[in-house]
Amino acid sequence: MSSRLAGSGRRIDRSKKIEFSFNGRRMSGFEGDTLASALLANDQMLMGRSFKYHRPRGVVASGAEEPNALMGLGKDARFEPNQRATTQELFDGLEAESQNHWPSLEFDVGAINNSLSRFLPAGFYYKTFMGPRAFWKHVYEPIIRRSAGLGKAPKDRDADPYEHLYAHADLLVVGGGLAGLTAALEAGRLGVQVLLLEQGALWGGRAPVDGGEVAGQPVAAHIADLVAELEGLSNVTMRLRCMGAGVYDHGYVLGYERLTDHLSEKTGPRHRLWRIRARQVLVATGAIERPISFAGNDIPGVMLAGAMRDYLSDYGVSVGDRIVVVTNNDDAYRTAIAQKEAGLSVAAVIDARLAGGGALAQLAREAGIRVETGRAIAHVNGKKRVTGVAICSQAGSGAVLEEIACDAVAMSGGWSPAVHLWSHCGGKLSWDSERAMFRPDPDRAPTGADGLPFVATAGSASGALSLSEVLKDGRYAARTVVDRLGLSMPEATAPEVWEVEEIPMAPIWTMPEGATYKLRSKSWLDFQNDVKVSDVQLAAAEGFESVEHAKRYTTLGMATDQGKLSNINGLAVLSQELNVTIPEVGTTTFRPPYTPISMGSIAGEARDEGFQPLRKTPMYDWHEANGAFFEPVGHWRRPYCYPKAGESHADAVLREITAVRERVGLLDASTLGKLIVRGPDAGKFLDLIYTNMMSTLKPGRCRYGLVCDENGFLMDDGVVARLDEHSFLVHTTTGGAEHVHAHMEEWLQTEWWDLKVHVVNVTEQYAQIAVVGPQARQLLEVLGTPGISAEELPFMAWADRLVGGIPCRIYRISFSGELSYELSVPAGQGLALWTELMAAGHGFDAVPYGTEALHVLRAEKGFIMIGDETDGTIIPQDLGLNWAISKKKEDFIGKRGQMRSHFQDPDRWKLVGLETVDGSVIEDGAYILDDGQNDKGQRNMQGRITSTYYSPTLKRGIAMALLKKGPERMDEVVQVTKLAGGSVSAKVVDPVFYDKAGEKQNV
Amino acid sequence: MSDVTGPAPVSALNGAVFDGYVRIAEAPMRGMITLRGDLSSSMMRNGATKVTGCDMPGQRQISLGEDRVIAWMSPDELLVGMPLSETAEALETLAGTFTDPAFSAVDVTHARAAFTLTGEDALVREVLAKLAPVDMSPEAFPEGSFRRTRLAQVPAAFWMPEPGRAELVCFRSVAGYVFSILSDAAREDGIVGLYA
Repeated sequence: MSSRLAGSGRRIDRSKKIEFSFNGRRMSGFEGDTLASALLANDQMLMGRSFKYHRPRGVVASGAEEPNALMGLGKDARFEPNQRATTQELFDGLEAESQNHWPSLEFDVGAINNSLSRFLPAGFYYKTFMGPRAFWKHVYEPIIRRSAGLGKAPKDRDADPYEHLYAHADLLVVGGGLAGLTAALEAGRLGVQVLLLEQGALWGGRAPVDGGEVAGQPVAAHIADLVAELEGLSNVTMRLRCMGAGVYDHGYVLGYERLTDHLSEKTGPRHRLWRIRARQVLVATGAIERPISFAGNDIPGVMLAGAMRDYLSDYGVSVGDRIVVVTNNDDAYRTAIAQKEAGLSVAAVIDARLAGGGALAQLAREAGIRVETGRAIAHVNGKKRVTGVAICSQAGSGAVLEEIACDAVAMSGGWSPAVHLWSHCGGKLSWDSERAMFRPDPDRAPTGADGLPFVATAGSASGALSLSEVLKDGRYAARTVVDRLGLSMPEATAPEVWEVEEIPMAPIWTMPEGATYKLRSKSWLDFQNDVKVSDVQLAAAEGFESVEHAKRYTTLGMATDQGKLSNINGLAVLSQELNVTIPEVGTTTFRPPYTPISMGSIAGEARDEGFQPLRKTPMYDWHEANGAFFEPVGHWRRPYCYPKAGESHADAVLREITAVRERVGLLDASTLGKLIVRGPDAGKFLDLIYTNMMSTLKPGRCRYGLVCDENGFLMDDGVVARLDEHSFLVHTTTGGAEHVHAHMEEWLQTEWWDLKVHVVNVTEQYAQIAVVGPQARQLLEVLGTPGISAEELPFMAWADRLVGGIPCRIYRISFSGELSYELSVPAGQGLALWTELMAAGHGFDAVPYGTEALHVLRAEKGFIMIGDETDGTIIPQDLGLNWAISKKKEDFIGKRGQMRSHFQDPDRWKLVGLETVDGSVIEDGAYILDDGQNDKGQRNMQGRITSTYYSPTLKRGIAMALLKKGPERMDEVVQVTKLAGGSVSAKVVDPVFYDKAGEKQNV
Repeated sequence: MSDVTGPAPVSALNGAVFDGYVRIAEAPMRGMITLRGDLSSSMMRNGATKVTGCDMPGQRQISLGEDRVIAWMSPDELLVGMPLSETAEALETLAGTFTDPAFSAVDVTHARAAFTLTGEDALVREVLAKLAPVDMSPEAFPEGSFRRTRLAQVPAAFWMPEPGRAELVCFRSVAGYVFSILSDAAREDGIVGLYA
């Protein structure tokens, strides 16, 4: 059994007891425990069920690489699945539940898959569920998804806030172990701005667990000295619980700080995403121990040797009373010795190397530990817990020589440097055959924009394994990055180190060497995705020779742990099967993040009110207070209509339209884009931007114009007012302001840089109010507005006038076909003007009207709307706007594009009006049917509806449509689709339904 | 046009205030004028310095007077700031100075909302660093620095006229959004200690 021992445990505080629950069962641990160590202390070795076969699984590691002990943590608004128990710090009230089992962890019906595992090899799903085609989506996938999978998705809205932080550093050190601390201090002493991140809650990493002495004192004391000195340096920033998640181009690094995951009382941001720009990045992320592939290596109680030692030394937790250690290297002997020193029993060390180990093996023997060399584990006994191991020769095929009873197995297949962050941005690896590891190749480092390296590694991440190597490499790495920063590190003698020498390991990829199929099919490579040695061999046999293909076929390394334990073992098995070397097989691609990070941290402040900027006009609060129903227009919120109590939106729209046609209405038009175009060449420039002539416009006058892109497609439209000889005010659509501004700037900056023109976006400087309707002039006159008669301020002119004591610029332009004045005032006076106009409008029964009434009013008048009649593939000629295209001008943007043959095609769909024969309203987005079918058996179409409304003015449905040869087909009756089936008859008419002569707007 | 100026203009948020670990307050309206043209010309220099009494700023700099500023916006753009009541006069002066139509002075007073962030210097810097991709350390962003940048999802510009105070301008329509994200970043329980 696993249990808490008396005395030891450097990370825990035994005076602080902590209560938590696992699957509803109350348990206790100590402050400093991880959830995994606390569960082990409560003899809870079984922590979950595997993904595919539902095999019982226990914790196998002690850190971020853990594949098995994944939990659902918290509840309701703080529930999160797939959290590693090994990195979750214990807190009072923590609630954890195991995953992927039904009805319970102890008894899981899904474990039937385990008995069927012979029939569920790699590629099983791909091979089996081939057809019929539609079955995959509707039958197979839902069933497979239910039987497979890990945690449950949270159902509630996340209770916690998250945030981002932009940080900058000369040197970013990722990893606060011995190497990271050493390097950070060396650089920090030179005054370099250092940011040091450590994913765990303590500085120093694993070095204190492995022992040794630095400068005559225990390594833990040395670490404390390093930390103390670093803390005293003002140029060094240190963060615990902050993981380096990813390294990107240009020295951009993501740090993932977990602020409240270890606390009972959670206030403030839960996670903070550090968005770091570093001139140099030092990766000191340590190394990850590899499992050994023997049959039953996934049975709860089989654990990495280093992890078992961590639990003992860090948390005072014994994983088993009587253990067997199986290894191919010297380091694992430390676990046997530690176990013995803790007063527990070691049944044997099984060293696969024929010649056995070095000085550590000798120490183990001297401690009375049985050591067997050239031996292997044939298979592990036990189901939900190890009960013993069967021993065989490593050289053979697994004939059992002896069975040894034990309740835990410590395995070590050697160590792999954690090269992930080195590799994210292109750092290359080289294979070290002596240590059987991929290590960073310093000559092929990730390079920045200047072509020079910006990442280096330190310590075990470089492949240094012993205490002395780690210290030496930490200093060497510091020298490397400091040099790259243009500084130089003084020579200094390295501190003296005492350690036990180790002899080389021997690569062991399958155990025993000639394991039978039966053994190989129970030898796990990837614990989380249930991939075994036999699966990788099958993939190779079936021709998946590339490591990337084999990975996807078997799903090796594709689980949430991204193969931290399985990658090297898996590709080694693949290389053996393909009979090529390991470096020839190569690794799969390391991609960020290092371990999964929360969606909340990625969103940061972009939630609730910060989710998206809402743009509000100066009159927004008035609209809101007066019951406006808003619609989004770009990032703006504009009133769609102003329903009265009990009134439907549709009725409100009809009422607003009628009021405008019969009396007067007010529209908040502040969102319209307004660009000042000014300079000696402003007229020339606008002649190039617009399809029609703008340079001939007289000051004080306005002209409607079209903006096309270089393909000739209609981009935007609006009214241009000439302010003076050198200045124009360009109105754009609401959604087009930024786009048209950028369009103009691009042409000015990249093509016509010789033109003397400036464009200034003044969209937000002005509130704009349209006063529209036959009584508009009277309303303004009530407010004492002088000089607005047809003679003094004619249609398509502008003038500055006082309206109710407020200086306004009035544009006589109309998007409704009615008499219309658009009043422009500085934004800060917009509400005052609106309020005055509303008050004065009382006597006229004036109404505020919204965007839907605006749309219907313009459709009745046959005015096009960018985004309705256009979709980026429409040229002005399609819309009958030839009159707005200059034939005199030598050039304008879009002129040549519009000359292309396809645009001359007489069959193009062109703008017409449609009136249903029965007066009904055509459906939005409907198509106009043509005879026959196309080659795909679909009904032919000859046009589509671009706008369709009920017109209260004409008391019938009206629509605008693009119809093949449309303008030539007046009075023809066409058939328009209906969603429910069938069609509706509509007559082709002129798109101008109302006041064709334009008399009403020109009074 | 007459001399009538109409009602006193109102700012976007009526002077909203949030007290977190940094105080976020909407600033009263100030006069702001965009100047476009060749920054190295004497016409630009004369216009900008005449209406502010400040020196011409360098790239990504702001020059600060008692109640006036000149901020460098781009290689051909400056922003000049002055008390609201003096905007009209400044525009007139500029119109007189910019006799060449290749120079423009455009009133953008109402197009902007302004915020003042006050508190401990390190913390004011930190709140901005949560939202803008700018190195806010005192070394990288000393007094006189000016950044035209991004605040989460919207454009913004800011400077620190003195330790413990930052001035920020954004577009008026997104004042509510900016106030909301600044307040969120400055919530009492969110201190980082980045520049401590």
